[in-house]
Amino acid sequence: MPEKSAGGLAEAQPLDQIKHNPRPGGTLYRGREGMWSWVLHRITGVGIFFFLLVHILDTALVRLSPEAYNAVMSAYKTPIMGLGEVGLVGAIGFHALNGLRIILVDFWSVGTRHQRLLFWLVLGLWVVLMLGFVPRHLMNVFGA
Amino acid sequence: MTVSIESPRTLPQRRGVNWEKWGWIYMRASGVILVVLIFGHLFVNLMVGDGVHAIDFAFVAGKWADPFWIVWDTLLLFLALIHGANGMRTIINDYAQKPSTRRVLSGALAGATVILLILGALVIFTFDPCPAGSPADLLPKFCGDIN
Repeated sequence: MPEKSAGGLAEAQPLDQIKHNPRPGGTLYRGREGMWSWVLHRITGVGIFFFLLVHILDTALVRLSPEAYNAVMSAYKTPIMGLGEVGLVGAIGFHALNGLRIILVDFWSVGTRHQRLLFWLVLGLWVVLMLGFVPRHLMNVFGA
Repeated sequence: MTVSIESPRTLPQRRGVNWEKWGWIYMRASGVILVVLIFGHLFVNLMVGDGVHAIDFAFVAGKWADPFWIVWDTLLLFLALIHGANGMRTIINDYAQKPSTRRVLSGALAGATVILLILGALVIFTFDPCPAGSPADLLPKFCGDIN
């Protein structure tokens, strides 16, 4: 007979005590690569979604008039938006690479075993991607 | 002491299409295609030539003069927006506690998605690269041969 029965668990941790315990046992996510990849995938996904809504609307202006489309596109060419585009491409790059990692975890027989290594691989490839994109884009934006 | 265990509950009989399964498959299938489509889109629009500075009405008209980019951009519109909307649906279902909140948010999401899909498709397929009365310097060069 174990010392604590299943019912004893609730007795050992009254409700007010659980509230003050920031990390009770048994939570599914405990930080580390698995949780942070999930958090970043969510945040980048939401960001990209709202950009996509705006992007469809601004592109729709080509149907209105050349002047209207060119006016809104000039906003994308300002330095501040140029930096925003670095953030956008960074978000898309992470979401794409981590999405491929999710597919490997789902379908590759040893994907789950190596999910942590795959996360660092995603970050490494993301750095390479950004090293290729950012200097070129900033040259275009700031006209070097 | 004897313990009697109830017979395990049998799973309810499922009827019809398992939409959650197809949504799960769609996220992965469209995701792989979107990696190619979006990286190609970003490379051609931001990396080649003058990058973002080259994008204007004539640039878009030049691309959509080629059926290749019409197909590319139409696939982008549908695959990306449905992928994004399904992801947002997942997040709404995760965080919206009240059923009424979930209904309102899901309804707004579905409405915005359908409207933008129709709008985007109409823009691509009714696009006029040489609108009458527009200054020639804003239009692609091939408009001079037509007008």
